[in-house]
Amino acid sequence: MTQRFFKALMTSAVLSAGLAGGAYAAECIAPANPGGGWDFTCRQIGKIMYDIGAVDQPVQVTNMPGAGGGLAYNHVVSERADDSDVVIAASSATTTRLAQNAYAGMTADQVRFVGAIGADPGVIAVAADSEYQTLGDLVEAIKADPGSVAFAGGSAVGGFDHLKPLMILKEAGFTDITSVKYIGVDGGADAITQTVGGFTQAMTGDMSEIVSFLANGDIRVIAVLTEERVPGFDDIPTAKEQGFDVVAVNWRGLYVPKDISDAKFDEWAGKLQQVADSDEWAQAMADNGLAPFTKVGGDFQAYVDGLVAEINAMSKELGVLQ
Amino acid sequence: MDILANLALGFSVALSPFTLFLAVCGCFLGTIIGALPGLGPSNGVAILIPITFTLGLDATSALVLMTSVYYGAMYGGRISSILLNIPGDEPALMTTLDGYPMAKQGRAGDALVLSGVASFVGALLATVGLMLLAPTLARVAFFFGPAEYFALYLLAFCTLGGMASNNQAKAALAACMGLGIAMIGVDSSSGLPRLTGGNLHLFDGIDFLVAIVGLFAIAEVFFFIESHGKGSSIGVKLDKVRIPWKDIMATKWTMLRASGVGFIAGILPGAGASLGSFLAYMTEKSIAGEKGGFGTGVPKGVAAPEAGNNSAAGGALVPMLTLGVPGSGTTAVLLALLMTLNITPGPTLFTEKADVVWGLIASLLIANVVLLLMNVPMVKIFVKILSVPAWVLLPGVTMISFVGIYSLSGSYFDLLLMVGFGVLGYILRKLDVPTVPVILGILLGGKMEDALRRAMTLSDGDPIYLFSSPIAIGLWVAAIAGFVAPMFLRGVLKKPPAVTD
Repeated sequence: MTQRFFKALMTSAVLSAGLAGGAYAAECIAPANPGGGWDFTCRQIGKIMYDIGAVDQPVQVTNMPGAGGGLAYNHVVSERADDSDVVIAASSATTTRLAQNAYAGMTADQVRFVGAIGADPGVIAVAADSEYQTLGDLVEAIKADPGSVAFAGGSAVGGFDHLKPLMILKEAGFTDITSVKYIGVDGGADAITQTVGGFTQAMTGDMSEIVSFLANGDIRVIAVLTEERVPGFDDIPTAKEQGFDVVAVNWRGLYVPKDISDAKFDEWAGKLQQVADSDEWAQAMADNGLAPFTKVGGDFQAYVDGLVAEINAMSKELGVLQ
Repeated sequence: MDILANLALGFSVALSPFTLFLAVCGCFLGTIIGALPGLGPSNGVAILIPITFTLGLDATSALVLMTSVYYGAMYGGRISSILLNIPGDEPALMTTLDGYPMAKQGRAGDALVLSGVASFVGALLATVGLMLLAPTLARVAFFFGPAEYFALYLLAFCTLGGMASNNQAKAALAACMGLGIAMIGVDSSSGLPRLTGGNLHLFDGIDFLVAIVGLFAIAEVFFFIESHGKGSSIGVKLDKVRIPWKDIMATKWTMLRASGVGFIAGILPGAGASLGSFLAYMTEKSIAGEKGGFGTGVPKGVAAPEAGNNSAAGGALVPMLTLGVPGSGTTAVLLALLMTLNITPGPTLFTEKADVVWGLIASLLIANVVLLLMNVPMVKIFVKILSVPAWVLLPGVTMISFVGIYSLSGSYFDLLLMVGFGVLGYILRKLDVPTVPVILGILLGGKMEDALRRAMTLSDGDPIYLFSSPIAIGLWVAAIAGFVAPMFLRGVLKKPPAVTD
C-alpha cells in the first residue's frame, strides 16, 4: 500500500511540476537516475527554457537509467524516431560510448546532435608533494619510462578520462599508448584519494571533481585542457600554452531523434542558443563549475562526428575495441 | 569546546518544528522502505529525491529528510529479516541467520527489540565517531590502494567457509555462483561487455536487489505453492512484547565491538554496510566459538549484524562528506543529492559549510532517537502487518517485490530476472545449498575483481604487489587465519560433533 502511496505522491508531484498546462509539453529524457550530470542538464535547461519563454509549457523531465545511457538511446532510436517534442541529455560520455560501440551496435548517426552549451574542463592533477611541476615534466617522465607514471580516473578503461592523457601523449609524439598505465576507479574523488595516497602518480578528470581538493591544498593541477584559462582558476595553465595542443572537455548538451524535420531541428537549436545566451544559464554554470562552451546546430554535429572518429581510432589502438 | 559549540550550531539549524516533522516522516517512511523486500535504502532515497525538489526544500531540510530515511531504512531492514526470513535490504542479510531462528522459537518480539536497541547503539556510536573523528578518519582512505582493498574483500570471503557450519563445500559453491553472477556486465577495466549476450539490460550488471528478492522472497513463494500453504515457515507468532533487559545486558560488549567493526568497514570507501554487518557477525561468531551457537537463534547473532550495519551506515558518511567518495550505494545517492543542492563534499566542507555539516550531524542524532522510540514500542504495529496469515501475506510480498523491483529501472526485464532467481533459490534450498553466500558473492565479488585488476595494472602483473604494504599483509594474515583456523580449532576445541541436524 505504501508503495502505491509513494507512486501516487510522486506521480502527482511530477504532474503538478511538469504537466500543469496540459498537452504538448516538451519532454527531456535524462538517461540516468536523478542527481547526476544528465539529470542536471535536463532540469536546468528545461527550467531555463520555460523561464525565458522559449517554450510555452514547462519541460517534463523523464529519468531513464540503464546501460550508461544505452537504454534511452535505444528507446529514442527505435520508438521515438520522429517525435519532435523530445530532447535527450548528452555529454562526452555519450559520444565516447557510441565511438566504442558500447550501445550494442547503435551508431552516432542514428540521432541528431543539437548542441552543447557548457563544459566541464578536463584536468590533469598530481599530489601536492609530487616531483612533477609541469605537464612537460610528466610527459618526459612517461617518455623515458612509461611504467613510472600511473593515472587514475573516474571512467572505465577506454573512457574519456583515460583518453585525455593519451591525447596529450600522442600530441607530444609518444605513440606507444598501450604502455601507459591507467586504472578506472569509482569517480573523480576516488581517483584523487588514490593519487594523494601515492598509489597512482597523476589524476585525470574534470574540473568540478577537483575544486574542493584544490582549495584544501592536497593536489596541484598541472594542466587544464581548454583553449584558454578557465575564469576563476586563472593560475592553472592550459595544456595548449605548455605546448600540447589538446582540448578535451566534458560538454553538456542535447540530442534529438533522427527523423524530425529540419525546421524542427533548427527550432530546438534556436531554443538552446537562447538558453546559452541567458543570464540564468551563466549563473547555473558558475554554480556548477562549468565553463562556457557553446556549439549549436550543424557546427556541433561536425564536432561530434570528429570526436567520434578520433575516439574510435584511439580505442582501436588501445585494444578496447576490435 | 569547539565540538559542543558546533553541535549547538547544528541543533539550532536542525531543531525546528518543521525539520522535526520531516525527521519523523523520514524515519517512518525509511522504516517501511527498509522493511519491504525489494526496496532498499539506496532506491528508497533515490525515489524520494524528486520529492525534495518538488517541495522546494532548502539544503538542511532536504538533508534531514534524506538522512532520516537512510537511517530508518537501516533500522527497518531487520523487521522482515527476523519475521519472514527475507532480508528487507542487503545489509540486513546477516540478520536472517539468527533473527529468524530466534523468531521461530517464539521470541520474535525479543529479537525485534534487541535488534532495535543494537541498531540504536551502532548508529549512535557511529554518529559520535563521525562527529569527533571525521576530518582525521578521512585520511584513512589515503592508505587504502588496490592491494589493500583486494586483501580486505579476500578476508570477507575467507571467513565465509565458517558461516555454513554443516557443509563448507556447499557454501563455497554458492559463493562461486555469486562471483560468477558478479562478472556479468561491462567490465570496468577494459570497457568490454561480458556474459551479456548482447542484451543492453545486462550491461550494468545484475542489481543485487533483484537477486536478493528473487532468492529469498520469490523462492519462499514457490515453497508455499509446493506445500499448498500448509506448514509454510512464514507467519511467526508474536506474544507480548517485553523489553528483554537480560539479553540487552548480555550483548552489550557484542554491540560495542560490532559497532567498532562496522564503523571501520563503513569508513572504507566502497565497502559499505553489507560488509560491515558481515564482518561484525563473523567477528562475534569467532569470539563466541562453537559453543556460541551462532546460526541457531542466539541474541548475540541478532545484535552483532544490526549494530554492525547501522554503524557502518554512519561510517559511510565519513568519506562521503570529507572526500566526496561514497562509502556505499546509498551514500552515493546522498552524494548526488548534495551536489544538486550545490554542496560539493570534500576536505573543506567541514570548515566552509559548518552549518550544513553540523545540521546534518544533529539531524542524525535526532533521527536516531526518533527511530528508537518508534521501533521499540511500536514494533507490534510493524509485526501486526507481517503476522497476517501466510495466504494473505505472501501474495502481498509478491506484489511488493514486483513493484519494488520494477521501480529500480522501470523495465520488465528485471522482473523476469527476479523470477529466474526465485527458481534458482528454490533449487538451491532443495539441495540444501545456502543462499546467503550467493548474495555476498554478487555484492563483493565485482569490487574484489576491480581491486585485483587495478593492482595488476599498477604493478605490471607482479603478484608481489599484493603484499606490498603492512596493511595488506595484516589483512592477508587475518584472511588466511580466518580460513584455516576453523578447520583446526574445531578438532582441538572439542570432539567431532555428533550430527544432530
